[in-house]
Amino acid sequence: MEYIIEHPDRVWELTRQHIEIVAISVAFAMLIGIPVGIFITRQRWLEAPVIGAAGVLYTVPSLALFAMMIPYTGLGRTTVVIALALYSLLAIVRNTVAGIDGVPPSMVDAARGMGMTGRQRLLMVELPLALPVILAGVRVATVAAVGIATVAAVVGVGGLGRLIFDGMRTLNTDRILAGAIVASVLALTADWGIAWLGNALRRDIGPVRTRR
Amino acid sequence: MRRRAEENPLDFIDYIRDNQDVFLRLLSEHVQLTLLSVLIGIAIALPLAIVASRVEVLARPLTWLAAVGQTIPSLAVLALTLPFLGIGFEPALFALTIRAVLPIFLNAYVGIRSADSAIIDAARGMGTSDAQLLLMVELPLATPVIFAGVQTATVQNIGLATLAAYIGGGGLGDWILQGLAMVDYPVLLAGAVPVAVLAISAEVLLGGLRRIVVPSGLQLNDRRFQTG
Repeated sequence: MEYIIEHPDRVWELTRQHIEIVAISVAFAMLIGIPVGIFITRQRWLEAPVIGAAGVLYTVPSLALFAMMIPYTGLGRTTVVIALALYSLLAIVRNTVAGIDGVPPSMVDAARGMGMTGRQRLLMVELPLALPVILAGVRVATVAAVGIATVAAVVGVGGLGRLIFDGMRTLNTDRILAGAIVASVLALTADWGIAWLGNALRRDIGPVRTRR
Repeated sequence: MRRRAEENPLDFIDYIRDNQDVFLRLLSEHVQLTLLSVLIGIAIALPLAIVASRVEVLARPLTWLAAVGQTIPSLAVLALTLPFLGIGFEPALFALTIRAVLPIFLNAYVGIRSADSAIIDAARGMGTSDAQLLLMVELPLATPVIFAGVQTATVQNIGLATLAAYIGGGGLGDWILQGLAMVDYPVLLAGAVPVAVLAISAEVLLGGLRRIVVPSGLQLNDRRFQTG
């Protein structure tokens, strides 16, 4: 704890880097993963190969994935963001598919009966109703990304892992603790924060609630 | 980066071939760390889950603790053993074991608790004792979920064992560390590629084993993400 109190600027700088890396990666993963998930619900045969491939990627240990990418993408943010986005894809694609699958067919039928086009049904009925489930996927992905981003310090992008690795190298318990505590708090905050958002959404647009 | 141009990406295979003895030692350390941590993890997590499923007061704090524990980055868990236990194989094994306990405990607890109450009533009606209920009804029904927890723990710990190199735990992470420090890509890949292969093989093998061991009526769709 002393380290955090004595070097608040340094800790804040690393925390900011950490949040940036995670946010950019998860944003990329959503940008790719949600459309892919929607596409899978339209082209069912794609489900097994896409989820299978994402699952294999998810299995590769982070340090190994970083190490395999470094010869091609170098030391730096590119490597880390690509790797983190790849890890996040599985949860986001999978939950997008599950979320849309979970929309009651009666609602989709009702929308069709009202004369909605396919695009309208997707944007105004299916996606809003699937949102809490998609968000649950984003939550899993974000918490995992906060953890993996600590390992990313070996690629030279800063973040809270820097404190942990420096602390391990110099046997400085204070630094290890500072990095570990702040990273854990960050992960827990992301976990609870997104869960809270999901609950708020569920209350707001819950599938059983009808609005007048 | 200085070596990117003049080197063949497959040079790491030659490096492994030239250093076969070291490779086998690192691989065996890696596998030992993973297997031992998962086995000890099972030995701790299963009884704990059974106790938690029986003693209502303990269930909440234990599952909460396990869930929070899983949120803590694994690198942090590994690093925190260093100041208390020092460096080497045992401290690494300790950190990996903690990490293995969490998913196995959570899965086992959920698995035992989710046994259909009608089935439990039927078993009770047949006059089973508490021990019989646990051993002959609840645990067998929970097997697929417990197995999934073991699978998660194993794959995850193959990855964590890579990081164990940073606290002197050995394993293939040694070569990754060395490759990173010297910017030597063949060495880097000689560590990384086998680790990736090891993790994917474990996932596939355990997945296959799960399909064989678990009766078809109890199969899970996916073990990794709850979608609720």
